[in-house]
Amino acid sequence: MFFLTPVTPGNQTIPLTDETCGEDFQAKVNYRELFNYREAILRAKMPPKRPKSAISSAGSKGRAKGKKSQSPTLVEKPGHPEDIFPMVLTSATQELFGCLADEDVTGESPYKLLKKDDIIQDIKTRAAVSDFSPVKQIVLDYPEDELLLVYDRDFTYEQCFYLVLTPEAKDRILNPPEPETSQVLENVVNKTPEPKEWISLGSELEIDEESIKETREKLWYKFSRVRRKFGVPVCFSDRNTADAKDGYLECASYQDSRFSIKQMQRDCGMQAVPRLQSSSAQTQWKFQRNIFTQYVPRELSDEEKENILQFESLNNFCNSVTPRVLQALQQEEIMNGFFDDWKALGAAAEDGDWSGKVSEGLMLYQAFTDQKYTKDKKISSINWHPTIYGVLAVALTEQKEERTKDSTTFVVTPSVILFYSFSDPSIPQLLLECPDDIFAFEFCPSDPNIIVGGCINGQVVLWDISAHVTHLLGTQPGSKKVSVSTDTFDLDDNQENKTPVVRYCAVSALESRHKAPITDVQWLPPTFEVTRSGLPVENKYNISVQVVTCSPDCTIMFWDLRMQRLLSHSATDRKQSVDQKTQMTPYSVPDTFKHLDRTWKPLFRVSLPKIDTSGEYAPLKFSLEHYTCNGNTGRTTEEDNENDDGDSSKVIPDYSQLRVPSAKTATILEDVNTKLYIGTEDGEIVHTDWKLEKDDSGRLQSAKPLHCFNIHHWLVNTVQRSPFYKDIILTTGGWNFAIWKEGVMDGPIVLSPSSEQVCTSGCWSLSRPAVFFIGKDDGSIEVWNLMEKTSEPAQVHAHITNAKITCIKPWTASSKQHFLTVTDDIGMVRVLEIPKVLYVPTRNESLSVKKYFELEEERLNDFLKREELWAQQKREAEELKRKTEPDKPAKSLEVNEEVNMKEYKDYMTLEESILKGIGLWPAAADKQNT
Amino acid sequence: MLIEETLKRIQSQKGVQGIIIVNSEGIPIKTTLDNSSTVQYAGLIHQLVMKARSTVRDIDPQNDLTFLRVRSKKNEIMIAPDKDYFLIVIQNPSD
Repeated sequence: MFFLTPVTPGNQTIPLTDETCGEDFQAKVNYRELFNYREAILRAKMPPKRPKSAISSAGSKGRAKGKKSQSPTLVEKPGHPEDIFPMVLTSATQELFGCLADEDVTGESPYKLLKKDDIIQDIKTRAAVSDFSPVKQIVLDYPEDELLLVYDRDFTYEQCFYLVLTPEAKDRILNPPEPETSQVLENVVNKTPEPKEWISLGSELEIDEESIKETREKLWYKFSRVRRKFGVPVCFSDRNTADAKDGYLECASYQDSRFSIKQMQRDCGMQAVPRLQSSSAQTQWKFQRNIFTQYVPRELSDEEKENILQFESLNNFCNSVTPRVLQALQQEEIMNGFFDDWKALGAAAEDGDWSGKVSEGLMLYQAFTDQKYTKDKKISSINWHPTIYGVLAVALTEQKEERTKDSTTFVVTPSVILFYSFSDPSIPQLLLECPDDIFAFEFCPSDPNIIVGGCINGQVVLWDISAHVTHLLGTQPGSKKVSVSTDTFDLDDNQENKTPVVRYCAVSALESRHKAPITDVQWLPPTFEVTRSGLPVENKYNISVQVVTCSPDCTIMFWDLRMQRLLSHSATDRKQSVDQKTQMTPYSVPDTFKHLDRTWKPLFRVSLPKIDTSGEYAPLKFSLEHYTCNGNTGRTTEEDNENDDGDSSKVIPDYSQLRVPSAKTATILEDVNTKLYIGTEDGEIVHTDWKLEKDDSGRLQSAKPLHCFNIHHWLVNTVQRSPFYKDIILTTGGWNFAIWKEGVMDGPIVLSPSSEQVCTSGCWSLSRPAVFFIGKDDGSIEVWNLMEKTSEPAQVHAHITNAKITCIKPWTASSKQHFLTVTDDIGMVRVLEIPKVLYVPTRNESLSVKKYFELEEERLNDFLKREELWAQQKREAEELKRKTEPDKPAKSLEVNEEVNMKEYKDYMTLEESILKGIGLWPAAADKQNT
Repeated sequence: MLIEETLKRIQSQKGVQGIIIVNSEGIPIKTTLDNSSTVQYAGLIHQLVMKARSTVRDIDPQNDLTFLRVRSKKNEIMIAPDKDYFLIVIQNPSD
């Protein structure tokens, strides 16, 4: 079954396949083992041979040349020593050198000495064919003349000859050491070799498997012949195979269908090559179509027309068509069948157009309160943080009744200003510690971290919250809370009142305080500053450094935040201040205003002498014009630019570094409006100049007010300039409000009718010139829109709060988010969202409202003239009556009243017609809008 | 002449602005309007009438269009079609 390919002995495996039987079969045979096996068998077969040869070799050695057999160890060694070189010598070489195997050299005498020169000669003549060429160099280097060649009959070193390469080895082989030889001899003599034990390495199993054994029983055939035919001669003859039926048997080759050789594996390669193809296409104009346009109407010539008109068919046509046309035409006349009743109905219904006012009102956005601090307190003032979104500050004061009631127990609750943020309506974000209750405070327009406040005891207080801005920023809604704020929140969980507290930086000196609560405090705009005499001068820093306060103690004071220069008349003050400056502030307070603390004195004070009588006005609120650098000369604009540049490089200068510049160097700004509108305790609105004038004795003294009107009859609580017109002022107080125009000396241009509730606050809308808000005593808010109605509020929100409204402040969070904060006297802050109709100005609103104010001014003048006239008439009538009927003045009064009313009505109609004329009257305005 | 009489009769009706007689191809034959508006009316209304007539005939092949009134915001256009001619009358509504 196996075809063993010729094998070189070695440790290798060769796959064998039997092609003929077609089986996929691989046999692995360890030929090394097989070889060993064979060798072992040989050894076992002729055990005496080796010793015999050894003996014979020993004998021969002793007998002839002293040749010695190889040591048995060499036989066992698979490799060869370094100093011999196994080689094959061709028969030609053997003949040439006289060393034919088994003839010249035998197993018994394997040695042959070769002349070195012969070998070199052989190498030279036969070159590469020479058997000695592999050892050419060794032979050349060989020191002696003769080399030893040994016939290796047993293939000890796997070749039939080996060459001894060194003279030492030659000596060793030819003359082996004596004692060794004797020992070998002894061994040979003493030991008869015995067959060695067979050690199985597993190869016999494979041999067994591969051997063929007879397994079937042998067939036995028995042939017999009849007895009588024994010994009978036999006759043979030819016979055709075709004659007999089973003459022969054919064995044809065929393909065995039972199995086939499966292809298990295949090597194949593949390469993908991108094929580039360039092609072109041309679109064909498949559908050709003729298009024509008729641009000259077809007309018949006159002759043709005439011709046609003669046709009988046309006459027939006329006859048949005319009745139909006439019928249709007359139908129209008799009854219009196409009259649209529904449309006629709709036109009438259009007048009663009802627009949903529900969504146009103020919507509550958020409410703030704090149980701990706002209990039994009223909010006196509120301000939005100028820069940080959603942060507002409220000042709290004792409710007056509470104070008197609790005077016996005297519970001291700290006076604070609370900072709320949209992010957390229940917990104040920051507390400003106050020396006493604060009635008014304001953020500095140049640096929102500086806050000035007016105390109930008449002192001015300053705070610097710059260290806490990050905290406020962190609490902004929408922004990620910074670690500072989260820390605080954690603390809030543990301790409720861990809101950061900021102590005030500075308070004004006690001896120069107001003698009454400070009811209003405002920063002077950064565009100018005032001197000690109230002269407006240029502000070199272009930041707000001065503060104006007013108090019902009949004074208005101007304060300067900067460190005072050494001036002759304030030497004593300075000394004092130096003394006091050495005192250390007990808390860690930002020393922005250390130079002011407890020594701060007003720059100058303005007193308000009454115009006609002795005494002074007691101001509660005031309003000054925010001078914006108009730049009347090129020089100032240049300087403005410089200032701007300076501001951009150093954003907010440190207030503690600012110094009062010398008054002489400052340029006096002539165009600054130095007039104030002041609301007093008695409901008067006073218009006065803050500039001090020198009286006869040379002392600086406040001038008499320009005019004064008692309009409100009670506490004035708002004096506010319109953000759109710098000469329009809204005042509220008592039971009404008024709008004033600066420069009109004869009274308010608009005066509201008295309402049932006291007006407690008012403010202009920041985005619509015509809109303002009035807060009432009963917690309601009136929204006035001068574009809509001038005689009554556009909207009334009845129950914004249940308590008295103390303050309302608008704030523009974004162009689409406008807020109105409403505070009451029970400590609640409500933020209302102003609806779109109230913050989006109508077209030309600013101009229209301005015109309206001008008209009102005219009306006022006109009214005053008439009033004069009436007074004259009245006087005349009275005189007349006194002359005629001295005891009936009442009637004449009534008559006068009637006349007045009539005049007024006439005027109203006049006003209406004028308003209609300019499109300000509501109906007219509506039309204009559509 | 009959055609003149007819036009007079129609013209005498209240609110009649203009009368046009058009042949079956849309070419004006007789008109009381100025040339440009006549051409415009004739061309456009001819198309409209042809469309309306074919609509009526498609719905019922034995039917035919006898009269077409086009009511608009400003006026009313009345068309009386016949086999060979159209009569177009433009009338202002009574109100």
